[in-house]
Amino acid sequence: MRAAAKRQRAQRRTTISALSTLVVLGGLAAILVTSPGWHEVRTTYFAWDDLKDSFPDVLKGFWLDVKLFVIVEACVLVLGLVVALVRTTRAPAFFPLRLLAAVFCDVARGVPVVLLVYLVGFGVPALDLKGLPTDALVLGGMALTFSYSGYVAEVYRSGIDAVHPSQMAGALALGLTRGQALRHVIVPQAVRRVVPPLLNDFIALQKDVALVSFLGPMEAFRVAQIDAASNFVYTPLVAAAVLYLFVTIPMARVVDHLQAKSRRVRGVVEVAA
Amino acid sequence: MSAPPVLEVRGVTKAYGERQVLRGIDLAVAEHEAIALIGASGSGKSTLLRCIDLLEDIDDGDVLLDGEVITDPSVAPPGVRKRLGMVFQAFNLFPHLSVVDNITLAPVRAHGVPKAEARERARELLARFGLEGRAEDYPDHLSGGQQQRVAIVSALATQPRALHLDEVTSALDPELVGEILHRVADLKASGMTMLIATHEMGFAREVADEVCFLHEGEIVERGSAEVMFAAPEHPETQRFLRRLLDAGRL
Ligand SMILES: Nc1ncnc2c1ncn2[C@@H]1O[C@H](COP(=O)(O)OP(=O)(O)OP(=O)(O)O)[C@@H](O)[C@H]1O
Ligand SMILES: [Mg+2]
Repeated sequence: MRAAAKRQRAQRRTTISALSTLVVLGGLAAILVTSPGWHEVRTTYFAWDDLKDSFPDVLKGFWLDVKLFVIVEACVLVLGLVVALVRTTRAPAFFPLRLLAAVFCDVARGVPVVLLVYLVGFGVPALDLKGLPTDALVLGGMALTFSYSGYVAEVYRSGIDAVHPSQMAGALALGLTRGQALRHVIVPQAVRRVVPPLLNDFIALQKDVALVSFLGPMEAFRVAQIDAASNFVYTPLVAAAVLYLFVTIPMARVVDHLQAKSRRVRGVVEVAA
Repeated sequence: MSAPPVLEVRGVTKAYGERQVLRGIDLAVAEHEAIALIGASGSGKSTLLRCIDLLEDIDDGDVLLDGEVITDPSVAPPGVRKRLGMVFQAFNLFPHLSVVDNITLAPVRAHGVPKAEARERARELLARFGLEGRAEDYPDHLSGGQQQRVAIVSALATQPRALHLDEVTSALDPELVGEILHRVADLKASGMTMLIATHEMGFAREVADEVCFLHEGEIVERGSAEVMFAAPEHPETQRFLRRLLDAGRL
């Protein structure tokens, strides 16, 4: 009896949400296609032939974005952790390093990413120092690594701070050194806590990889831009945007899932405590 | 010449800012001996144990382990802590590690015991503490009493010279206290040297060779449990024991 009523209610809810979605989306589509400029927009932004022509090149450019992203992300994860660990040291001897790490975080987070890309990309080669990279891709990657390590270090640090001090005391009391305690007790717990915010930073980085195009490398955005300019259409840019969405949307769903999961786990712990 | 006591505390003082928490503590724990520290909340029991474990710096005095001054600044704390076992007031298990990984962490990382050997020994200890079959569980899935037993096993796994227990039963339901008390009495019978801070007078009566009563950072009275509980001399001891008696906890 109860179950039947419940099922009926659930069914009605699904029907209502489906209907309202249809109405809203249909309305928006109607406004779009009946707008005075629709014909023009369709031919410049959503032209099938242009898309077919430019897609292979844009895709090739996007592959460069993906490679750059993976390398930069790996560097960011390591550098961010190092900076965070330096900031959590207490020994007086580490003061200069602590100061440096704090300045690093402030500068990395305080300057717009696009400015950092310009400054590193054009500034470093201008120094004309031997041994410094001059490849635009490497320089752009360095600028992104610098910028995102600042954010990620702060994320790690918040995770480390959130581990209760009794965990450190417990590890030390067992005879572990501070380093061993960090390595085996504190950092593993901290990382678990910060996976969702870290992934959010990943998503942002995936998009910001496009900023490297200002330095010249033929990544997706730049390829699309050149294509667009030479054919007087914007369809290649739309193609690039869609490629980005293919990577960022699944990532966003993973974040949602992990966040929901960690909420559940914390909920259970709170009830038990 | 007789062997020095396992632990010796000489004139230890400790202040947190303005608050003097330990005011010249003298204490010696001989091999196979168990000493209970009792006293009101805030009298300094936990602080004393933390100072002996070098988790806090002391202001004055010395702590000796097997005759060696361990509070000397030239002594590296990890080497000392490796030789002492400590169980805290609140369980300090590591939630991201399974029971057996909790127990083998220090033997493997701090003592260099081969992993297989450490696990074998952990299983033996778990069985001895009625925890067979729980090795792969995570601490969150154990009851409070089981967690506290795992914490004791963890502290024992490194075969410490002395075991410090800080209120190991205070976070437990009354019916679980007897279980832990029983295990600790077994340990004492097997010859473990122990320093036990407790509000549970059963530990003082059934396990300790000597009871020290702390009042505002000083040991104002010490002696056997029978004598102290029957005829306390110091007015503060009398007051403390009367309060316990009134609460039905003596
Ligand atoms: N980190 C700290 N900073 C400042 N004061 C502290 C700190 N730790 C302990 N104290 C103070 O030192 C005094 C002794 O505390 P301690 O924990 O040793 O008492 P205790 O005898 O173990 O009490 P309980 O029976 O409640 O566990 C208390 O007044 C406490 O407030
Ligand atoms: Mg205490």
